Amino acid sequence: MSKETVEKVCPITANHIKVALVGQPNVGKSMLINSVSNAHLHVGNFSGVTVDKTEVLFDYNEYHFTVVDLPGTYAFTDYTIEEKVTHKYLCDEDYDLIINVLDSTNLEKNLQLTSELLTMNKKIVIALNMSDEAEKEGIYIDEKYMSELLGVPCIKVSAAAKTGIEELIENVVSIYTKEKVDPKLIFSEAVEEEIEKIISFLQKHHYEANNSYRNVAINLLQNKEKTYNRISKKPLWTELQPLVVEALYHIELHHNTDDIKEAFAEEYASFTRGIAQEVIRQETKKENKTLTEKIDNILIHPFFGIPIFLFFMWSLFQLTFEIGALPMAYIDSFFGWFGEILGSTISNEAIRSLVVDGIVGGVGAVILFVPNIIILFVGIALLETTGYMSRVAFLLDGFFHKFGLHGQSFIPLVTGFGCSIPAYMSARILKNDRDRLLTLFIIGFMSCGARLPVYVLFAGAFFSPEMAGNILFAIYITGVIIGLVAAKVLKMTAFKGVDEPFVMEMPKYRLPSLKLIWHTVLGETMMYLKKAGTFIAGAAMLIWFLSNYPHNLSLEKEYAQKIEHASSQKQKVVLENKLQGSLLEQSYLGQMGKFTEPLFKPLGFDWKMSVALQAGVAAKEVIVSTLGVLYSLGADVDEKSNSLAKAISKNIPFASAVSFIVVIMIYLPCFAASIVFTREAGGIKYFFYLFALTSITAYVLAFIAYRVTLLLT
Amino acid sequence: MNTLLNCQKGCSVHVKKLHADCALKQRLISFGVMKGVSISVLEHAPKKKTIEIKVGKMRLALRDVEAQMIEVEEDE
Repeated sequence: MSKETVEKVCPITANHIKVALVGQPNVGKSMLINSVSNAHLHVGNFSGVTVDKTEVLFDYNEYHFTVVDLPGTYAFTDYTIEEKVTHKYLCDEDYDLIINVLDSTNLEKNLQLTSELLTMNKKIVIALNMSDEAEKEGIYIDEKYMSELLGVPCIKVSAAAKTGIEELIENVVSIYTKEKVDPKLIFSEAVEEEIEKIISFLQKHHYEANNSYRNVAINLLQNKEKTYNRISKKPLWTELQPLVVEALYHIELHHNTDDIKEAFAEEYASFTRGIAQEVIRQETKKENKTLTEKIDNILIHPFFGIPIFLFFMWSLFQLTFEIGALPMAYIDSFFGWFGEILGSTISNEAIRSLVVDGIVGGVGAVILFVPNIIILFVGIALLETTGYMSRVAFLLDGFFHKFGLHGQSFIPLVTGFGCSIPAYMSARILKNDRDRLLTLFIIGFMSCGARLPVYVLFAGAFFSPEMAGNILFAIYITGVIIGLVAAKVLKMTAFKGVDEPFVMEMPKYRLPSLKLIWHTVLGETMMYLKKAGTFIAGAAMLIWFLSNYPHNLSLEKEYAQKIEHASSQKQKVVLENKLQGSLLEQSYLGQMGKFTEPLFKPLGFDWKMSVALQAGVAAKEVIVSTLGVLYSLGADVDEKSNSLAKAISKNIPFASAVSFIVVIMIYLPCFAASIVFTREAGGIKYFFYLFALTSITAYVLAFIAYRVTLLLT
Repeated sequence: MNTLLNCQKGCSVHVKKLHADCALKQRLISFGVMKGVSISVLEHAPKKKTIEIKVGKMRLALRDVEAQMIEVEEDE
């Protein structure tokens, strides 16, 4: 995908610089790209926001830049899928240089990755990000001295305040044009001695390397597979091998361990500790508790933590309903008025019906819920950007673990409340394939934003406004509980096995920047609106066509006579509605609905609901627009109850509504999400498993819900 | 053996040895948990199922099983 755009936007020329952006998770790589190029990549405050590489293009002076934003990685360990993506890219792909982004407030830890990068044969520029935040904390970094010590240019930047960005780009350009200088990575004497021995051996035999002899030696000692594969094919290997074995033995002895990787980790750690001590001047502040620790005392309190979290979620759904309902009446009457105005300009009756009932009715029904969607996305964006998300993962891990899920599963699951597609992608932060698959199967149980309109519609139709928010909360919680039970069942049957370790960084709390939330929410909302304008409008037109054709002329004639002979105005309206009803029943859609009706009969659905449900497989928003089209054309809607909610409370029995909601909660995610699911799970067979799991669960539970509600009411 | 799981909230210790398998050991090391490093315990989740520790400047969450693999010694 990205390769093509590169060629289209800027042809590969001499002035084309391809940069790989690398850093530990949550150091602000994506935000840095956004500042550099004015792109709008998704930014959050937890590790794992960028799960796949993204390319951003921009121009600076006479240079074309392609910046590849790679997922954050703590070290070259291939522990999670995202780390594999990054490692593989850095080793195998073609790029000109690396920008290594570091968090200035936690330099020593971030330098761990840097020291590993220094062993690669690449040009590197270091961006000391969040330098403004570090200075606020009293941490001063001497970047000039640091550049000297590492042999790599280090530039102070702040992606948030947009400072140092230009200097960074200029340094990238100057490093690009200059010859590569070997960076200075120094190990302990014992290791340096062994490296020296191997270098002199390589020199003696004139080994043809694609990396410096020093790096080849380091990689051999670190058991890097690639280096071995290359060198072990050469005749000099027979002589080199005993040398390496002896060197490893010496190093392990020196570090008092039998694990060479651990030994090197200690080597890197002491190197980075040395660098950090040299370049950081820290103002000794009183050992006060940091703000983050103070907040954590409350938010992850062993007893109050979970109730506080539940309260936050409850408030979110209350707000979603209460505030979201305020502009609804205006939007609703706007589309009513707009339809009338538009309708009066069209003389052809069929086209007028298509435009007013089909397009305006269908799209209007979807746009009605934009305020709710906005509030929900603001809530999720706050959760993501403040750093609270990881706290909840911490609180819930014990509970989740009982159901066979991983604490970090919480992150994709919450993302799933917004949209399942990014949720499926973010499940990549789970290392273990079994855990990841299990989470993928459960994500669908978290009701996505597109299902919200259906819930809002039904909650508003059957409950008072004071209750509707609670009902909304209850629907979501029920979805979660069903998901957890499903997880437990799957864990005990299909995904048996050992548990994945839980080791997760808890980021600092950050005040969410308004701009960031604005961009995230705006992006999501525009996507929703775009879908309403294109896909949903098309689907609404199709539904309209299927529900209006074929025409039955004899039926129309018969009713026309009856209406003419009707005695009163009231009788005329009744007859008119009856005609519409009979016409709808014999339309294509009516026939389809009738055909599948027996299947859904046990759940208490009429054929209109069956049709809406099936249309929802294309996209969940279509459910509401289909209901809108069907019930605005339908028989029992008189002129007083023009709003869809009223039509629904009048035409659908309560028990049927409950079972309808249960099916919506559980059944197959939309078409686009299913495709992403299949890709992430790694095979078409998983799609069929998902289909079977969701359909059977939905059917059985809806049947139970229907029967129980019938008994109770 | 004194492990990180036995530590009270608020105590500070240093790591003596990691008793984890290779992959987990690498993971812990990449987070800065390695021999000789000092760690303080910040918070316990309900029933000590998960604990929050501080390594250098980073806060880290671990499950009870993982905490048990980290052998520690009290700081003098």
